[in-house]
Amino acid sequence: MATILIVGEHDGSKLNPSTARCVTCASQIAGGEIHVALLGTDLGGVAPQAAALKGVTKVITVANAANAHPLAAVLAPQVAKLAAPYTHVLAPSTTFGKDLLPRVAALLGVPQVSDVMSVEGPYKFKRPTYAGNAIVTVEAPADRKLVATVRTASFEAAPDAGQASVEAATVDVALPSHTRFVSIAAAKSDRPDLQTANKVVSGGRALGSKESFQIIYSLADRMGAAVGASRAAVDAGYAPNELQVGQTGKIIAPELYVAIGISGAIQHLTGIKDARTIVAINKDPEAPIFEIADYGLVGDLFTILPELEKSLA
Amino acid sequence: MRKIMVCVKRVVDYNVRVRVKPDGSGVVTDGVKMSINPFDEIALEEALRIKERGEAAEIVAVSIGPDDAQQQLRTALAMGADRAILVKTAEVVEPLAAAQAFLALVQKENPALVILGKQAIDDDAAQTGQMLAALWDRPQATFASKVEIKGGTAVVTREIDAGLETIEVDLPAVLTTDLRLNEPRYVKLPDIMKAKKKPLDVTDLGALGVSAGEMLKVVLVEPPKARSKGVMVKDVAELVDALKKKGLV
Repeated sequence: MATILIVGEHDGSKLNPSTARCVTCASQIAGGEIHVALLGTDLGGVAPQAAALKGVTKVITVANAANAHPLAAVLAPQVAKLAAPYTHVLAPSTTFGKDLLPRVAALLGVPQVSDVMSVEGPYKFKRPTYAGNAIVTVEAPADRKLVATVRTASFEAAPDAGQASVEAATVDVALPSHTRFVSIAAAKSDRPDLQTANKVVSGGRALGSKESFQIIYSLADRMGAAVGASRAAVDAGYAPNELQVGQTGKIIAPELYVAIGISGAIQHLTGIKDARTIVAINKDPEAPIFEIADYGLVGDLFTILPELEKSLA
Repeated sequence: MRKIMVCVKRVVDYNVRVRVKPDGSGVVTDGVKMSINPFDEIALEEALRIKERGEAAEIVAVSIGPDDAQQQLRTALAMGADRAILVKTAEVVEPLAAAQAFLALVQKENPALVILGKQAIDDDAAQTGQMLAALWDRPQATFASKVEIKGGTAVVTREIDAGLETIEVDLPAVLTTDLRLNEPRYVKLPDIMKAKKKPLDVTDLGALGVSAGEMLKVVLVEPPKARSKGVMVKDVAELVDALKKKGLV
């Protein structure tokens, strides 16, 4: 019977929605216990959020001043130690999980399955390779601990329906001081979070400048959508890096994705393939984005967008 | 600072449209253009810039793979690496085995920095750098978009989901590169000629005491489910109408 430890992602006050999606993945692995480990300084606010997720049977909190910022080198030895009684260790395939979990796997001496997109058996999973152009089914040895990151776009969030117990733990392991947090420049935004939003409006190179990119924000606000961007738009400095959607940015699965002035390179399409409905607006009728769009509109975005915004008023 | 080790992987070129073999055993690689993994090219470029600032003395490019990976190491030498090491194996090398092999090289070469791409664009695993850092028991700074060497430390800005995080790590350390760290230089013809004379050592994976062996068995490789092509609408009104019908706006 599987006993699963999920490393929960949080910012000290809010549980990251990616954790609830990991819980759904864990539930599909079947079996017994699903525990969520939370590492931080003060976890009083976050722990109840994890305990409420349907399927979670226990929340383990590890409060330690050294855990103030999620440094992989500091967290990994603690997670590796906590992992001892479990058959599976999961974390979301966000930059948090991608940074941390391979370090944990190496400490445990086991391979990692990255970006699980479906569960085919307790040790058998599908994952994307080649920017999503080749889907590989891999089987890990059942006699070893299974370490995997979960592609959050592939799983729905577990609902709030549980009441798991919360247990404080201390992990007795030496922590390194060779890695130190300096600062974070996080975009403060009232807009929905890109990774978990129901609707996303994304802009590409055709926006032409940081100033022009503002019309993407404006339309997104009108629709109550999160804002995304293509790699080209981020490289050109029209939008900040955390908005990048695609193979090397965020993989998302909103109900509605509106791609504006994005030609649709394979690497970008990888990031949006799981969206329920895709709308593409582009002046080039040959743009590859139209190959996968549910609704395509050819024309000048600077004419179309104001009109679209007005008709949504 | 002493030495920088840069890990480069031979992968199917970025611009190749990858096709899955009909028997589900893998992707077509015969006759397909192979290149240095783009993120590893960024890793090498960063090492070159650090050396050009006088903050490193030597750059060693290392790769694990078939004999043909010498081509990618020659490219690395043409870009400016001083010497290269190929760890030869015909087998598939998973990230953990790769990290073990790099660790063996690290213990021989004693670099102050090891720089790798954040992921290889073939398996998209994004594990090797972190695993090497764990086995080496040294710091890791993944997804780097800015690197400053300050004495015995590196100050690294990382691209994370929330924005940009800056951390400080003691050297030696492992860095993995993100896209916006730099733009790799183009290789010039005279550099390609010069690279032919630079040392390229070949060693066997087994000689490092590492066994490849797949721990993750590949059961099936298949193409992704295709999205069906949708419809073209003629104007904004038709678009809004369609979205309203679906309850999306």
